Parts: sequence; C-alpha cells; structure tokens
Amino acid sequence: MIAIIDYGAGNLFSVKNALDYLGYDNKITNSKQDIMAAEKMILPGVGSFPAAMKMLRESGLEELIKEEANKKPLLGICLGMQMLFDISYEFEETKGLSLIPGEIRLIESKEVKIPHMGWNSLIKEKDCALSKGVNEGDMVYYVHSYQAYTSMDYISLYTKYGGVIPGLVFHNNIYGTQFHPEKSGEVGLRILKNFGELK
Amino acid sequence: MLAKRIIACLDIRDGQLVKGVNFEGIREIGDPVEYAIKYNNEGADEITFLDINADSKSRNKMYDLLYKACKNIFVPLTVGGGVSSVDDVKELLRAGADKVSIGSAAVKNPKFISDAASIFGEQSVVIAIDAKRISDERYEVFINGGRVNTGLELVDWAKKVEKFGAGEILLTSMDTDGTKNGFDIPMLQAVCDAVNIPVIASGGCGNVDDFVDVFEQTSADAALAASIFHYGDLTIEQVKHELSKKNIPVRIQHKDGAVDGPI
Repeated sequence: MIAIIDYGAGNLFSVKNALDYLGYDNKITNSKQDIMAAEKMILPGVGSFPAAMKMLRESGLEELIKEEANKKPLLGICLGMQMLFDISYEFEETKGLSLIPGEIRLIESKEVKIPHMGWNSLIKEKDCALSKGVNEGDMVYYVHSYQAYTSMDYISLYTKYGGVIPGLVFHNNIYGTQFHPEKSGEVGLRILKNFGELK
Repeated sequence: MLAKRIIACLDIRDGQLVKGVNFEGIREIGDPVEYAIKYNNEGADEITFLDINADSKSRNKMYDLLYKACKNIFVPLTVGGGVSSVDDVKELLRAGADKVSIGSAAVKNPKFISDAASIFGEQSVVIAIDAKRISDERYEVFINGGRVNTGLELVDWAKKVEKFGAGEILLTSMDTDGTKNGFDIPMLQAVCDAVNIPVIASGGCGNVDDFVDVFEQTSADAALAASIFHYGDLTIEQVKHELSKKNIPVRIQHKDGAVDGPI
C-alpha cells in the first residue's frame, strides 16, 4: 500500500485518482499505523511552507516520516518536495525535513513571470529510478513561486525558467517533484508508475 | 520555455454538454465526461467545464461530473459558471477542480477575487471576462451571460482583476464568439499589453490557422475552443502539430506514451 500522507493541506484526491488509475493500492491517511505499515509514502502539498510544516509538526507526523524514510521510498510532490529540504525562506525561515540537502527560496529571475505556471520542458541531468521512460523535452505541469536550490548531484530532471528549476530530485530512496505528476498527462503518470514499481 | 496551452472548453447545462452560438441558442451534444476524456487523450493541456445554468440542480450535476472526470483526466481542470462565494470555490476545488473561473460575481464584488486568492492561492483563481467592442477605441465588459453591459472599460477592468489577485484572465470576445472567423486579435492584444498574468484567448476560432494567428500576433498564453473540437472539425493533435511546425512551443503528447497499470 502507498500511504498518501494527509496532514490537512491540499487536494489529495488528484494524487489518489492517479494511483487508482494506475492500479496501485493506496490510502489517504494520517494514521501512524498506516504509515508504518505502508510500503511507500507520498507527501503531497499545496499552500505555504510555514503553514504546511506547522501542520505536519502538530499532527505528530514529522518525526515518523523522517524515521520511515530510512526504510522505504518517499515521494514529495510540489510543496511536499520542498519540505524534503533543510530550510525554506518563504515568508519566514522555517526548518524542513532535512532529507535532501538544500534550501527553498523565491525563483530568482527578473526575466520570467512568477508564479511559474504551466507546461514546461524537462532536461535530463542524470537518470534515477523515477526518470525511466521520460525523455528530454517531455513537458510537465508546474505551479510554484519558490524553488529548491541544491547540488546538481541530487537533480535528475530540471527545467530552465530564469535559472535552473529542479524538477525531479532524489537522494537514496527519497524522491521529490516540483511539478505535479498527477496533472502532467502521460509523462506524469509514467513517473508515478516508476514510483509504484520501486522495490 | 513555457508551452502555449490549448484548452478544450465544455459548456454544461444540467450535466449535458451543450453549445451556444453568440451567447444565444443552445444545442445538446452529449456526455461531457466522454468528451473530456477524449480531449485529455488527444493532448489537451487543460479542460474547462463551464456551467451555463448554474442553478443548484445543475451545480449538483457538475459535482458528479467533476468527480467522474477526475478519475480519468490527468491535466488541470477549471470549472466556472455562477461561482459567487468563497464556499462555491471551496466546494469545486474539493470536488476535483484545480482552478475556478469567476465572472459576473467578480464585477459585482471585486473583493471576492482577493478573498478567494488569499485562501486558495492566485493560481486557482481565473477571472472570466466577456467583452464587446463599443467603438473604435473602446471595449466594454458584459455579465450575466452577455446580457448586461456593466459599462466597465475592458483594459481598466483587466488591470483591476490582476491587482485584486487573479491568477489568469479568460477573455472571451462576444463579437467573434461563435463566428468561426478567428480570435479577436486587437482585443486580446489590448489586454495582454496591460497585464502580467496569463491571458487565455477565447471566442471565434474556426480553423487551425486561427490558433497560429493568435499566438503569432498576440502574447496570449493559451487559446480556448469548444465547438470546433466537439464537432470533430479539428483535433487537438492537429492544432498542436501545426503550431509546432510554426515553432510555437507546445506540448506534444507522444502516441507511444500511453501508461497502463502495474507491470
């Protein structure tokens, strides 16, 4: 079972619909038992970083997720991906889950519109288990104003928008997508399927 | 580079797909979910459902429809029609919409835009504007399905909705809508020049060249069409293919890209 972690933020049903469509057993849950029993975890999220981290902390799931992330695959989506990093500067300095080294700051560019919203193309930095079958130039759907600043070591796919926007990041069994795979057509479904097939 | 988006629009009345011409005369076409799935598979970048009745009965059918559509559609979904309160927005987002389109209610109470944007994020608020040319230099904004002239000047109103926190503008020209003579290039460019948020062109496309023209001659970010797709005059694939040949950045869905369940 894939646990879609429900800590009070965001529309979790679109992630659930995509997993249902692909045929993967999944459950929207905030129960510690469910999360511990799950084979994999997805951390979704929309909204602001401080509010989301606060909800995660108050639901008592922060430590559990960090612990379980040592044992099984975790995929963070959009804000859920940003929460995998050390720290964010959205509104105020807020500590993240520190599962991947890096920080979250506003997209730094004067030439592009913020938020970065719409379909944009992917550039492959290096393969990881989730990028299998994804080709350079494939497009995915982004909606965000803040982005991860991290080492290229952790970047599998990125998009050029102003500077480099990390699209798919990974570190051991931890994965994150800045874009919404559940809203990115066939390419997004491919990435979710790759996650579903992870052992 | 961001792709120019092609949006398939489905006008809904009592849960049925319908098509109106020039804001008058309505015809039933079929099951909106089937059509929406077809457009998703053809590579539509977004799907928009507009409830043209939007009374409580029609709204309940819209929730059902949205619930079904979401199970098979994996691109952003926008829903509009009679959205007039923060609760309406909340319910539609909860039912599976990614964005909500607001028209008349924004004119009646512009603060509604900022209320919705501050709770749900600007990206989820699309402001729909129906406008008509009044004189050479002047376009005015209409509401209530094109029946009431507000007297508001189009560009002033567009700037105002941006200031209030709109994420996007869906601009329909009442002069070109239903004519199949092409998008309203001057009206669109007037609004594109005035705002920094994405503008969606709507009303008037009759063939593939109209899509090329709107992206070559204006800075619109997306183009929306309805009947031209419903009646099979043109597929979304054909539009994307033609735009791509003209070096307009679009998302091409690969034929071999179909993804099934677990291996």
